Amino acid sequence: MSLDAKVPAGPIADKWDNYKNTTRLVNPANKRKYTVIVVGTGLAGGSAAATLGELGYNVKAFTILDSPRRAHSIAAQGGINAAKNYPNDGDSIWRLFYDTVKGGDYRSREANVYRLAQISNTIIDQCVAQGVPFAREYGGLLDNRSFGGAQVSRTFYARGQTGQQLLLGAYQAMSRQIEAGQVEMFSRREMLDLVIEDGRATGIVARNLVDGKIERHSADAVLLCTGGYGNVYYLSTNAKNSNVTAAWRCYKRGAYFANPCFTQIHPTCIPVSGDYQSKLTLMSESLRNDGRVWVPKNAGDTRRPQDIPEDERDYYLERRYPSFGNLVPRDVASRAAKKETDAGRGVGETQLAVYLDFADSINRLGRDTIEARYGNLFEMYQRITDENPYEVPMRIFPAVHYTMGGLWVDYELQSTVPGLFVLGEANYSDHGANRLGASALMQGLADGYFVIPYTLGNYLAGITPGTAGDVSGEAFRSAEEEATDRIQKLLNVNGSRTIMDFHRSLGKLVWDHIGMARNADGLRLAMDEIRDLREQFWQDVRVPGENSTYNKSLEFAGRVADFLELGELMARDALEREESCGGHFREEYTSPEGEAMRRDDEFAYSAAWEFNGTPRDAGLHKEQLEFENVKLTTRSYK
Amino acid sequence: MSKLMTIHLKVWRQASATAEGRFADYTVPNVNPHMSFLEMLDVLNENLTLSGEDPVEFDHDCREGICGSCGIMINGQAHGPNARTATCQLHMRDYSDGDTIVIEPWRAKAFPVIRDLVVDRAPFDRIMSAGGYVSVNSGAAPDANAIPVPKNSVDEAFDYAACIGCGACVAACPNSSASLFTGAKVSHLALLPQGSPERKERVTAMVTQMAEEGFGDCSNHAECEAVCPKGISITAIALMRREYVKAAFGRQ
Ligand SMILES: Cc1cc2nc3c(=O)[nH]c(=O)nc-3n(C[C@H](O)[C@H](O)[C@H](O)COP(=O)(O)OP(=O)(O)OC[C@H]3O[C@@H](n4cnc5c(N)ncnc54)[C@H](O)[C@@H]3O)c2cc1C
Ligand code: FES
Repeated sequence: MSLDAKVPAGPIADKWDNYKNTTRLVNPANKRKYTVIVVGTGLAGGSAAATLGELGYNVKAFTILDSPRRAHSIAAQGGINAAKNYPNDGDSIWRLFYDTVKGGDYRSREANVYRLAQISNTIIDQCVAQGVPFAREYGGLLDNRSFGGAQVSRTFYARGQTGQQLLLGAYQAMSRQIEAGQVEMFSRREMLDLVIEDGRATGIVARNLVDGKIERHSADAVLLCTGGYGNVYYLSTNAKNSNVTAAWRCYKRGAYFANPCFTQIHPTCIPVSGDYQSKLTLMSESLRNDGRVWVPKNAGDTRRPQDIPEDERDYYLERRYPSFGNLVPRDVASRAAKKETDAGRGVGETQLAVYLDFADSINRLGRDTIEARYGNLFEMYQRITDENPYEVPMRIFPAVHYTMGGLWVDYELQSTVPGLFVLGEANYSDHGANRLGASALMQGLADGYFVIPYTLGNYLAGITPGTAGDVSGEAFRSAEEEATDRIQKLLNVNGSRTIMDFHRSLGKLVWDHIGMARNADGLRLAMDEIRDLREQFWQDVRVPGENSTYNKSLEFAGRVADFLELGELMARDALEREESCGGHFREEYTSPEGEAMRRDDEFAYSAAWEFNGTPRDAGLHKEQLEFENVKLTTRSYK
Repeated sequence: MSKLMTIHLKVWRQASATAEGRFADYTVPNVNPHMSFLEMLDVLNENLTLSGEDPVEFDHDCREGICGSCGIMINGQAHGPNARTATCQLHMRDYSDGDTIVIEPWRAKAFPVIRDLVVDRAPFDRIMSAGGYVSVNSGAAPDANAIPVPKNSVDEAFDYAACIGCGACVAACPNSSASLFTGAKVSHLALLPQGSPERKERVTAMVTQMAEEGFGDCSNHAECEAVCPKGISITAIALMRREYVKAAFGRQ
């Protein structure tokens, strides 16, 4: 299949308007005749369900959790970007667009990113109107801060809980549509398969997580808003229920999976403390504005940090990147930390950590100022580690945080399966090979509030309502049967290793070989070892309990089984991409100083993988990326 | 290395909403004090799985105190002994070697048990659908800075908006009242100009729904405030009552 991104004609600034001016519309009286399934109610799904309900479509929304008020999105701390330029510091739609394309290391589609920047301002308007309590200045107007090394202050925030407040805004808008009868909510449901009839998506099968019953739901279109797949690494900052299952099953039904090896590893997380560790906690990157990163100069120095004299410390970011120092982008900071710990200069009990030290800032600005800026983060750190960061430096280490890869979508957010649209972190579209801080919330809400209402209409206008999805038909029946068989198969293995045990083993393989640094040998090894681990899983996993009751182990088993396939595809994708870009760092492709080296002549494309049996046999389709507005340069932070 | 502990547990086991429940005794050896409380339960569940027993079911997602999924009674206290702390933020360093810990689900008529420590909190969603929102369609909003909002109003509104919907307030209340939950949303929106136009309809609809769901009345015990992981103040309840009275008797 050829990949047609369907980018509208015209200058970049006019494309979205051109699209909207010429797109097909669904007559208001006809909207209620269409049913739309929204899987996932995080920022992307919640905003889409609410908006489509407002427009008059019948929406069926699904979430794994007990309520749409919860989702992984709720944990976002830092903020959401928009090009409002309220601070009058030179921001513009163009600049936000440019920063995002450059930050993504030139592996995203220009037209999508430009649209995102255009829409960003409306998102803030919408959220404020919903009652989202963004931070304000004394004059009553909205406050902005600079985030993630941006040179302008364009980040809107709600204390350290921006994701929570934005999600509650979307949830409330959705609750209104539930009350109005426009949205029917299915909580504690897990989508297990996509149903395709006559070449288009017409429904899903989902498992009711309370009683194990498989349900069939039909619709005129399916929106997948199921988040990212960072939990393939086992340890990540993602919520425990985040998974790839819905996206993976769509992939197996024909939706292409793009750039799976583009994953983001965030430099400032609380390090692992032991092998019982179940997840990692992010420390907002705003801390790098005032904290200095260092390690002891000598490997194996086990003295307490306060006993290590100044001249025996290596402030390696300041040394290696004098102009950006501690504020280099996430991928650069993460790799630099790895380099130090690999060389034996790591600190703390596990030696897999570096210091983030606030002593200088406290001396310069006073403890009160630091407390006002980061009090809640310091408290969170102390709660978890039992150490006081006002007195001893924080220990931090990189952790998996976000996945730029995801299902391939065109300009309309439609996957390669007609009628299947993908929104939010689940799609691959806007962040290229590296996502900038405060841009994921922006993208999820742009997709849901302001893109999908137009592009979905264009699709539905071409379909006769009510023609989709006979739930008693063959496609639904066989999808249900496959889902049931798989569950039974998982329960029947009754082996000797727990699900978590397998998940940990997978996580280690993916982290070691498809983590912060990758090379061909390691990737080949990872492909084989992940395949072997998958085989062992199906022979030796022990899934307790039964299907007919609430059974979280069974849920997790199904997700780990999918991660065991995805992991191998990630390695394959990383092996194929013989360049270093963004979060994808191939040791073979570096400059003489050890910095990432992109190879634009050969790899300026998005890799979209087509299912073809085992992950190693997946078929590669390339979407060539055209840069007509932004000049490709080498990112340099020296 | 930190000294490992042995922890004894009395855990409520209940197969389904209709089944009878009972306490079961377990011992978890080698508990590292740096483990979180839920990680200790993970270890228990790994051990149960390997010994052929069903793991203890509990809800969890973010494990950092923001999603509101987790929530259990620990030695009779909702979310355990620490103030402003959700269950997932508790660490085993708060316990000592040899301790016995009693673990139960939220107990409230309106929150039926689904299994073990998992309860059904859907009534909260229905209270929200009754009116916990501002009626503004996507695309209809004015510029975000068109209406200045005094900083202290927003800060106060935020204190109420911080609710994570965990249900600890209901579990701790002798009357199983949902007044803190409902009052927090009513207060958040009433304190902002954006929420003002609908404040009468909102408070009336939400309070009515709360009663229909089978939550009890508030008789000012303040247990809810004491257990709230976000430290939401019971002034939310006072504010809700004022709003309610104004809606019922006030002039237009
Ligand atoms: C700790 C942390 C901090 C962050 N901070 C920021 C920040 O400051 N700024 C920023 O821009 N970004 C931030 N991010 C990234 C951002 O939060 C996420 O990328 C974004 O919220 C994802 O939203 P989403 O709607 O796509 O997916 P999610 O919020 O992950 O929602 C997924 C939904 O899908 C459902 N689901 C999944 N699978 C299934 C299935 N099979 N069946 C049914 N339902 C399913 C889930 O229940 C959930 O409702 C942060 C991320 C983390 C981890
Ligand atoms: S698991 Fe999210 S609040 Fe505890």
